[in-house]
Amino acid sequence: MSGTHHDHAGSGADMALRTQALESLLVEKGLITTDVIDAVVRTYEQDVGPLNGAKVVARAWTDPAYKQRLLADGTAAVAELGFSGAQGADIVVLENTPNVHNVVVCTLCSCYPWPVLGLPPAWYKSYAYRSRLVREPRTVLREFGLDLPESIEVRVWDSNSDIRYMVLPERPAGTAQLGEDELVPLVTRDAMIGTAVVSAGGMPSAPVES
Amino acid sequence: MNGIHDMGGMHGFGPVEREDNEPVFHHQWEGRAFAMRVVTPVPIPGGARHNIETMEPLHYLQSSYYEKWLHARVKGLIDSGVLTADELKDRETLYRDRPNTPMPRLEDPERVQTVLANLRTHRSPRRDVDAQPQFDIGDPVRVRNLHPPGHTRLPRYVRGKRGVVVRFYGFQDVQDAQLPGVAAEPQAVYAVQLAARELWGDGAEANSTVCIDMWESYLEPLEEQGT
Repeated sequence: MSGTHHDHAGSGADMALRTQALESLLVEKGLITTDVIDAVVRTYEQDVGPLNGAKVVARAWTDPAYKQRLLADGTAAVAELGFSGAQGADIVVLENTPNVHNVVVCTLCSCYPWPVLGLPPAWYKSYAYRSRLVREPRTVLREFGLDLPESIEVRVWDSNSDIRYMVLPERPAGTAQLGEDELVPLVTRDAMIGTAVVSAGGMPSAPVES
Repeated sequence: MNGIHDMGGMHGFGPVEREDNEPVFHHQWEGRAFAMRVVTPVPIPGGARHNIETMEPLHYLQSSYYEKWLHARVKGLIDSGVLTADELKDRETLYRDRPNTPMPRLEDPERVQTVLANLRTHRSPRRDVDAQPQFDIGDPVRVRNLHPPGHTRLPRYVRGKRGVVVRFYGFQDVQDAQLPGVAAEPQAVYAVQLAARELWGDGAEANSTVCIDMWESYLEPLEEQGT
């Protein structure tokens, strides 16, 4: 897509060249190894992503005691499912309710809970999202296809400290018969950032009154 | 610092553009630059974020996300004396002029396991200190009107504004730049909730609030009267 920030960089070819030059120098100096770089790239491309967070959400929807632990100590509760590490040293989970919709931004940079959501999408790091969400969250959410009635408080969390926020979306109506494993694929990354809600069909839609 | 990175509330950046089926990295170099930033065992003097925040504003705005990361990583290595700008430039020239030059390779499976294990561990930001927080949940507060020239976690749009303490996150290290030789004691950190109207005036959107994390020195007590 044209116009996104990763595309109108000064010159991608220059950056590729600089990266290559830097890697060769750091390898020669013994500061990094080629296979470490390969492994870190692979880890964040394949292993650490929003599927982790979706498992946390599905567990919270089906296990009330787990949900209680998750809201009390997010870091410990996501570690129960095996998720921990960089950019997740202190995870706080925000529960959406029929009255409050939470949504997360980092106005100063790009803070994001890597262990549960992976690396952030480009739009989360965009100047537009960072500048606008705190000032006009309802307008931004409408652009995402989420039109919240004024009766629901929109609560924006500016992630400016070492706390990393994740949203626990509401379980959609019509999913009472689904088990934990069937719920996982319904939970989207955007719903855990707060720019979407979860619907029984897995597509963003208006919130369901419960 | 009142830098270009402090974007909360700014106008003019247009709609939020999203990409369907977005890859984690859009170019191979982004992944490798990301990984080098994360695992190269050389600290970045002044901190990675501050080295990005002090980029010349036009450079900041025109740079892609991972270009900023690469900038901070390279600057940190040069400032630490690990490599020189000339060294890097010469190597770029080599790969530009002779693109078939093979990359040096180093492999160490044991180091891979150590690095991946380190990426899965973390150190809590909460510190055990013998102190009491100044504020309780529910206390009305005003954000101080501070303009520190160095790195700060206090964005402009909340300075001077009134809010209410809604969460307490224990005592955490101060992230703001300190005077040389001055060790900052950990401070209480709170989430403070501010009404949209307090932040943006009469044009604010209905029924919305912003919660933001505040180190205690960012806050002053607010008397209930007159709020």
